[in-house]
Amino acid sequence: MAREIYQAIVDGVLVGGVYALMAVGLTLIFGVLDIINIAQGVLVILGAYLSYVLSTRLHIDLFVGLLVTVPAMFVIGVIIQWAFIRRLRGRERTSMTLLVTYAVALIIEGILYEIFGPNPKQLNASYVQSSVRIFGFYLSDIYLYGFALAVLMVVAIYLLLYRTTFGRSVRATMQDETAARLVGIDVNRVAALTFGVGVAVTAAGGMMFGATNSFNPNSGYDLISRLLAIVILGGLGSIGGALAASVFMLTVESLVDIWSPEWAIVVFFAALVIVLVIRPTGFFGRQPVRAQ
Amino acid sequence: MKADTVKAEEATARTRAASVSRQRVVAGLALIVLAVAAIEFPLVFSSPVVTNYAIYALIFVAAVSAWNLFSGFSGYISLGHAVFFGSGAYTVGIAARDWHINGVAVFALLPLAAAVGAVIAVPFGLVALRVRRHTFIVITIAVFFIFQLMAYNFSFTGGSVGVSAPFLPWSPTSFNDHFYYITLACAAGTIVIAFLIRRARFGLQLRAIRDDEDRARGLGVHAMRVKLSAFVLSGTITALVGGVWFLYLTQVQPPSGFDPLFDLSLVLMAFLGGLGTIAGPVLGALIIEPGQLYLTIKYTNGYLSEILLGVLFLVIVLFVPRGLVPTAGEWIRRLRTRGRPASGTVSPATSAPPAPPEASEAPAREARTT
Amino acid sequence: MTALLRTEGVRKAYGGVHALDSCTVEIDEGSVAGLIGPNGSGKTTLFNVITGYAKADAGQVYLADKRITNIAPEKVFAHGIGRTFQLTRIFASLTVLENMLVASKHGGAAARSRAMEQLEFVGIAGHHAALAGTLSYGQRKLLELAYVLVSDPAVILLDEPAGGVNLSLVNHITDRIRELNAAGKTFLIVEHNMEFVMGLCDRVTVLDSGAVVAAGPPAIIRTDRRVLNAYLGDDLADDDPHPGEQA
Repeated sequence: MAREIYQAIVDGVLVGGVYALMAVGLTLIFGVLDIINIAQGVLVILGAYLSYVLSTRLHIDLFVGLLVTVPAMFVIGVIIQWAFIRRLRGRERTSMTLLVTYAVALIIEGILYEIFGPNPKQLNASYVQSSVRIFGFYLSDIYLYGFALAVLMVVAIYLLLYRTTFGRSVRATMQDETAARLVGIDVNRVAALTFGVGVAVTAAGGMMFGATNSFNPNSGYDLISRLLAIVILGGLGSIGGALAASVFMLTVESLVDIWSPEWAIVVFFAALVIVLVIRPTGFFGRQPVRAQ
Repeated sequence: MKADTVKAEEATARTRAASVSRQRVVAGLALIVLAVAAIEFPLVFSSPVVTNYAIYALIFVAAVSAWNLFSGFSGYISLGHAVFFGSGAYTVGIAARDWHINGVAVFALLPLAAAVGAVIAVPFGLVALRVRRHTFIVITIAVFFIFQLMAYNFSFTGGSVGVSAPFLPWSPTSFNDHFYYITLACAAGTIVIAFLIRRARFGLQLRAIRDDEDRARGLGVHAMRVKLSAFVLSGTITALVGGVWFLYLTQVQPPSGFDPLFDLSLVLMAFLGGLGTIAGPVLGALIIEPGQLYLTIKYTNGYLSEILLGVLFLVIVLFVPRGLVPTAGEWIRRLRTRGRPASGTVSPATSAPPAPPEASEAPAREARTT
Repeated sequence: MTALLRTEGVRKAYGGVHALDSCTVEIDEGSVAGLIGPNGSGKTTLFNVITGYAKADAGQVYLADKRITNIAPEKVFAHGIGRTFQLTRIFASLTVLENMLVASKHGGAAARSRAMEQLEFVGIAGHHAALAGTLSYGQRKLLELAYVLVSDPAVILLDEPAGGVNLSLVNHITDRIRELNAAGKTFLIVEHNMEFVMGLCDRVTVLDSGAVVAAGPPAIIRTDRRVLNAYLGDDLADDDPHPGEQA
């Protein structure tokens, strides 16, 4: 029994790393742009499909294929922001962007259905099925690679934010958009590029997700609801929070899964609700400073 | 000098009052015509195919109006009203099944559905309304998923098979006719309730909350109480409508009772018509629901309708963000005042407290520009 | 004269920033009190703590003998404290009259006529049917004053009532405040406009970096060295000839 629990924890942490990848993109977009990108879920699936096409048609390795899919998703992200979101203004902006991204998600999902049909697909590679044994625990190869990838990308984003001029512009915009403008930061450009970065990580997340789950266009709903729960739990805008919450939630789900697979996902959401009752801004959320 | 301006003011006030009462008479007549038309509708268009469209349209008119009286007035966009809709549907179905209720008596279960909606809305609202607006939206989504999953997992909800309604002893044509009038009553009732709320102090407080909740609290508005009351009322009505829908469709399953597109459709209809107005959501529902239904019937693999829904939504949000009714209202106002000087200037001082010098500052801009 | 509104040792920190540090302020009943200080000295934070928009980390707030520390804004309002904001906050999509009615305890014709009374008092009654969002900045300031008055509060906190408006409007506002004060209302006013404060207030409290630096009648305050230090910084204040001294 104890063995199962430890294994579940290990699994939870590893899977949590993968979810962290997707959640970090989502929380970054919120932190900088005040946008809740509902399309993040279906964009992950889009990333999965892109990897699928590269892998089955062109026989490119999944990880190598990221060199193509990550920039591609970056571009898609920039286009979405530029075309639909940039125009939104006014007090209700955050709620409006939520609805707009929901609409974009629907469109992408419909298009994916038209192209690929409803039958589930899965990404395959030699290392998807194999695993290593450490201290008597099974760690599946793909999850290890995925976790390593997640760590790599989070570090990369961290470096981007804290060690580059662009990153400084992003953080300035995050804190106070008007002030950022006043010191000459091109806020529109920052917005578009940040959205692009937030979406680009979904390429990696999509590849990982597709390698470890079978997916069809409908999988986006389940995914975005989990990502939203994670991001809110961690605190909207907090990257560290997204990481912590991902690992926490997925570990909890993994543990509950031992007893009852069907209820695991319900517990997932229930945990969100419970935490919000106690602490409405999430683990590391910014306290709402009264707008004075 | 003073007497002249007073007389001029009185004259303007009189003409304004006259035009207002003229407007009221016209509006009243229009309503009567509409009511008569609505009641005669099934007699003129007796084909079940047509009345089917009408029934679905009316169900959504009721649902959108109920949604709007909370979300439109308070500004808290709920994407979880399907929770109430599905719960109402399942309540009627489960109660009918377990208590062996048949025939027309099932309609007696509708108040039960409404009560269940209210009972769910209270804890739901207490948790969800404590947080900021965008977090609220996400919580409603989360709760929606919880309910959908529970519907799949619990055995008393019938799992993925769902629940069926008991048989109603009506012929196919009279079946539709009866439901037409039932849904018409629901829609009319909901509209009346929304109208009354908007005129009442309660509605004023809700709208103040929408504009500036903190400020409203500072002026004595018990924000949580007001929001929760509206939320519970909205949920109760939605659950009732869900029950009616179930009895019409005669079945409910998790994906249909808790349909992720349901709430998005409601939002779209309300937005199209004009969030927070009374007529707006009604108009939106009457335009969109028949269209959606048509697409679902014609293209049975419903992906095209999804894409169109998304596209339509984008178009509306980006180009007609305030909705048809407010935009139309503004056009009409512009047409009327064309050529005449703008009304509403401060009249020169006529009584003891001196009027303030006309402030020369430019109108204050929005605090947030992006 | 008894102190109607009193704060005792209020502390408030935002992260590492100490907005208020042992802030003790006393406002006598029936007086017009001023609160001045350089930017960032904590004036608006003090208002926020008094009116329940911010929680004090330590210290107490008293209204007459009642402790009202950290209670919700709607309860503070119910106790008879009204307040305006630095950046005018009105309900933009409601009409001017509807804005007034939000603050009314009851509905009906009585509330409407009282609301119109207040609108006439401040001078924007003609706009009662206009959407508040269409008002100019000065008109919004007047509307804010008006709807705070609707519930007949005993204490009124004004945050920069003369900020950003032209001179004749400032005088108009000053006259209204004097009228209300003559009718028995107590005022606490935050302002940067020195002439406004000195001309109107009975007593002025000066904040700097969250603490009270000086308190007293305007004539004394304007020559107080500590006040000059607070505004100008130590070096500059020492060089300038003290007002009243020979150079």
